[in-house]
Amino acid sequence: MPLNIVVCVKHTPATTSVSVDSGTGKVKTAGLSYGLNPFDEYAVEEAVRLKERVPGSFATALTLGPDAAEAAPREAISRGIDAGAIVTGPEFDGGDSYATSLALAAAIKKLHAQKPVHLVLFGKNTNDGNSGMVGGLVAAWLDWPGVLSVKKIEAVDESSAAVWRAMEDGVETVKVKLPAAISTIKEINEPRLPSLKGKMVAKKAAVAKFSAADLGLKPEEVGAAGAKTSVSRQSPPPSRPAGMKVEGATAADKAKKLVDILIERKLI
Amino acid sequence: MPGEKNVLIAALPQRGKLPPAVYELISAGKAAAAATGGAVSAVVFGAKAQDFARDLGARGVEKVHAVSDAALDQFVGEAYASAVAALAKQEGVGVVLIAASVAGRSLAARLAVLLKAGVAAEICELSGSGGNLSAKRYQYGGNIVAELAFKSDVKILTVQPMAFEAAAAQAGQSAQVVPFAAPAASARTEVASFKADEGGEIDLGAAERIVSGGRGLGNAEGFKLIRELAQTLGAAVGASRAVVDAGWIAYKHQVGLTGRTVHPKLYVACGISGQIQHLAGMASSANIVAVNTDAACPMMEIATLAVVGDVYEVLPAVISEIKRRRGASA
Repeated sequence: MPLNIVVCVKHTPATTSVSVDSGTGKVKTAGLSYGLNPFDEYAVEEAVRLKERVPGSFATALTLGPDAAEAAPREAISRGIDAGAIVTGPEFDGGDSYATSLALAAAIKKLHAQKPVHLVLFGKNTNDGNSGMVGGLVAAWLDWPGVLSVKKIEAVDESSAAVWRAMEDGVETVKVKLPAAISTIKEINEPRLPSLKGKMVAKKAAVAKFSAADLGLKPEEVGAAGAKTSVSRQSPPPSRPAGMKVEGATAADKAKKLVDILIERKLI
Repeated sequence: MPGEKNVLIAALPQRGKLPPAVYELISAGKAAAAATGGAVSAVVFGAKAQDFARDLGARGVEKVHAVSDAALDQFVGEAYASAVAALAKQEGVGVVLIAASVAGRSLAARLAVLLKAGVAAEICELSGSGGNLSAKRYQYGGNIVAELAFKSDVKILTVQPMAFEAAAAQAGQSAQVVPFAAPAASARTEVASFKADEGGEIDLGAAERIVSGGRGLGNAEGFKLIRELAQTLGAAVGASRAVVDAGWIAYKHQVGLTGRTVHPKLYVACGISGQIQHLAGMASSANIVAVNTDAACPMMEIATLAVVGDVYEVLPAVISEIKRRRGASA
């Protein structure tokens, strides 16, 4: 039976080399070029591969952000996803992972009511906020099972899946009932680049828009008002103390000197 | 925001043991309790819960709740979350600390929704006073440190491994152990099997020392030398993205933006030039040793100790020097 898949994506700065505005104490985002969060490429590719594995399946790329963020689901469409949707409106500004995941979950519920969803896929984390929390939180809001750190979807049908979960000490095979939310890691696949045809399709595709009211959410539940954490300050990491060059005429001399220092500093 | 003051450490087991990151939570918990003015307790799970409770007691936790249920030997997010949430409500918990492992991050998400709590993920520092708590964490792949404040009564923090000192066992310390019956939870995920990583390898995230190799090794064979030095030092093996992409070593060794973030006491970068995406994952290491032929590459510039030279000459010399010293002192 065909699968109905939602891939959550984010429109993020294309670089992580950002600077801080000393006046506001926040990262300067104006003027940065944005694109699909690189970790989401794996989730998008996996959705496309699932469509190839289970013919007749359908995949929607869902995002939350300002109007310009609809470029992220469009990029997903250019890579083979069927449809796009964006949760957008000024009320969503300033959300943290808690408020953002609540709104994404509400949008998924809406899609699920239209046509039952089997799988929601996520990237490992975003390259800006880096928290890696949204996938797990969306699963929790939906009260669906969730599996993080997935490196392979071994088997899947409309009611269950067997996935490989990469743990710190090895790999677990996890059986999970669907619908479920799955967060992917880099090892799961090698993303293909968008095709020219895909780019043409993406350009013309309609991206559905959801406001808070469309999703039955109150303004106080979303954005900065609904957030449970706030960033009070951002700064560059403390600079490292100046280092020293380990000198010596030969490799053996340098090695002796290095080992001396490491022992003296109790590092080995 | 004022609220409940007590601090709860969720001590998640892995393969029948407490991972070292749990002992670091004790130090983090004491720092959090100093800010909130509350008391620190811990919760342990599974068939060995009583043993875990004694272990944490010896390391300075005064009260440990034991959920002695063998079904919890495997990590099932919903079951863990409903147990911790029930306990947090019963004990007036305002701060929950969890190690930032795969299981810990899953638990934090479930728990946030059950307790309407904000989450600060993968924190490396915490501070506060008068009931306020603020946490520092990395963003933008390690290029930015963000300071987070909470607006929720209950605050959940997942803690980066190696960010806090592991609490050591001390004679005379012990915990009051209180049994806790976990509420029933639906199990919609099941761990069917587990395949351990090849024997004896130290996990990167929890390693005090890491020896990493990059493109400067020239080929996959170079990792034999990296592994030999790692073994000599009792270190974990890391790698740059370039060599993982080239297939010289498995992805789980990758350090950097698309791999693991590490904070060891000693990071030895061998033939790694230090592209920004690699630096993002390791630049906060306490000490960095760089071995590279290029004295001006970014890794050599940030290194605590920079050795200009060919890894194939320097590393064997270092290995034999360490062995010689150990032989001499034995």
